[in-house]
Amino acid sequence: MDNKKILIIGGGPAGLEAARQLLRLGWEPVIVEKTEQIGGHLSRWYKLFPDMMPASELLEQLTAGLEGAKVYLKTRVAYMNRLKDGYSIMLSNGTGIQCRAVLIASGFSLFDASKKEEYGYGVYDRVITNADLEAWFAGASDSRIPEHPRRIAFVHCVGSRDLKAGNSQCSKVCCMTAIKQAIEMKERFPDSGIWCFYMDLRLFGKKYEDFYINAQKDYGVHFVRGRVSEVSEAIDGSLVVKAEDTLAGTPVKLNADLLVLMAGMLCNADTATLARMVRSEVDSDGFLRSRDNIYRINESRRPGVFYAGACTGTKTIPETMAEARAAALDIHNYLCGND
Amino acid sequence: MIDFGFGLARSSAVELDKVDLSLYKELERLEPGIRKCIACGSCSATCTAGPWSGMSVRKLILNLQRGKDVSGMLSACMLCGKCSIVCPRGINTRQLILSLCRIYDNK
Ligand SMILES: Cc1cc2nc3c(=O)[nH]c(=O)nc-3n(C[C@H](O)[C@H](O)[C@H](O)COP(=O)(O)OP(=O)(O)OC[C@H]3O[C@@H](n4cnc5c(N)ncnc54)[C@H](O)[C@@H]3O)c2cc1C
Ligand code: SF4
Ligand code: SF4
Ligand code: SF4
Repeated sequence: MDNKKILIIGGGPAGLEAARQLLRLGWEPVIVEKTEQIGGHLSRWYKLFPDMMPASELLEQLTAGLEGAKVYLKTRVAYMNRLKDGYSIMLSNGTGIQCRAVLIASGFSLFDASKKEEYGYGVYDRVITNADLEAWFAGASDSRIPEHPRRIAFVHCVGSRDLKAGNSQCSKVCCMTAIKQAIEMKERFPDSGIWCFYMDLRLFGKKYEDFYINAQKDYGVHFVRGRVSEVSEAIDGSLVVKAEDTLAGTPVKLNADLLVLMAGMLCNADTATLARMVRSEVDSDGFLRSRDNIYRINESRRPGVFYAGACTGTKTIPETMAEARAAALDIHNYLCGND
Repeated sequence: MIDFGFGLARSSAVELDKVDLSLYKELERLEPGIRKCIACGSCSATCTAGPWSGMSVRKLILNLQRGKDVSGMLSACMLCGKCSIVCPRGINTRQLILSLCRIYDNK
């Protein structure tokens, strides 16, 4: 097989950046995206931490570099056969592709917050998720958000670090997202009071701790250490949020008129199907299993099958970008026989 | 009202939106650094008076944020300033205690 095609499954930040780099290295990436648009979760966010760069700006940059790449929207891989030196692939739109390398960049799924019934998502009128709030920032209307919220509560770790929800890992991005969104809300509603209910604050990245200090110092956001145990609706439609203030050892209640749930990052539901197709493995956390988690995160155990982005675990966008570039280089070296 | 011979126990739950924060706000105006506390407990751990008296800057700040009276704690402080030395958020805790004493004195 001597064609230059490379199949990329998933048109999110990982797939787009890998395609951009592969084009520059002289290959012909083919992106297969199951939804009607490229961008993945990035197309749902408004401003990105830690620089507050508009998500649309990054998406523009990523798509501008795509000229020459073939993109199939609303398309999936129907089946894939291993050949002697590559793969023969049939797409759901009937297109056949033969290529020597496949990049899986299928990303993550957001935890379905209605599964944590005690928080009342989909039941109470004033409960939304981090993703809903991003959509509202970006201009979508949302009747659950009051015109002038007086008290806003953010609930960390919704569906993350929760064995009962079947997801023991930390989603990594949501402490930072909560603080970013708390600041964005305070800027819109300076008179409102904002409370973040957390178990631990995990602010590992560049400038993240600065966001936390600023949220306290300049925006007066309140941080309460304790996991929200339950939420109920008062007769006037406001919410009664219950938690323990574990630093004081006392139960606390907050009457809020908006509750924002930090839904976590889970493996994409298609992951298992994709893994079966290329005969690679799913890890104990449900994400795709890399060769190892230190040196060969981009490699599967199958020849010619590579990974990038949140399909192998929770990732920020800079991490996703770095992996996409690394995967492009790995694929290039693999195809050139530079081992 | 009929006396049944028993009553309801008062709930220990703190209602975050109803607590009286006037004291905290007054102190915050003088010592804005108080907002930066992360409840790490370094101040309490290093305090010489702490083990004998229950003095704890961490608890003092938390109690103020929950609208509680903290005047009982202050008399144990020797104003040695060790707590200020260890605070990772650079809060001048000694100054904070002094300012709080002044607020109480003026009351
Ligand atoms: C609420 C929230 C806010 C965030 N904000 C930030 C931020 O401000 N800054 C930051 O650095 N990070 C942020 N992140 C993290 C960021 O969203 C991820 O790092 C990034 O989206 C990962 O990119 P990806 O391409 O790996 O996955 P995704 O964005 O999930 O994209 C995967 C793509 O693959 C497609 N796909 C999936 N399965 C298939 C299939 N079988 N066939 C074809 N296509 C498929 C999907 O439709 C999707 O388009 C945030 C995350 C959350 C949850
Ligand atoms: S990043 Fe924070 S909110 Fe998200 S799962 Fe981890 S600890 Fe919880
Ligand atoms: S200044 Fe007061 S509170 Fe601080 S360490 Fe000394 S005695 Fe303890
Ligand atoms: S040392 Fe500073 S940050 Fe830590 S609890 Fe004391 S005052 Fe707060």
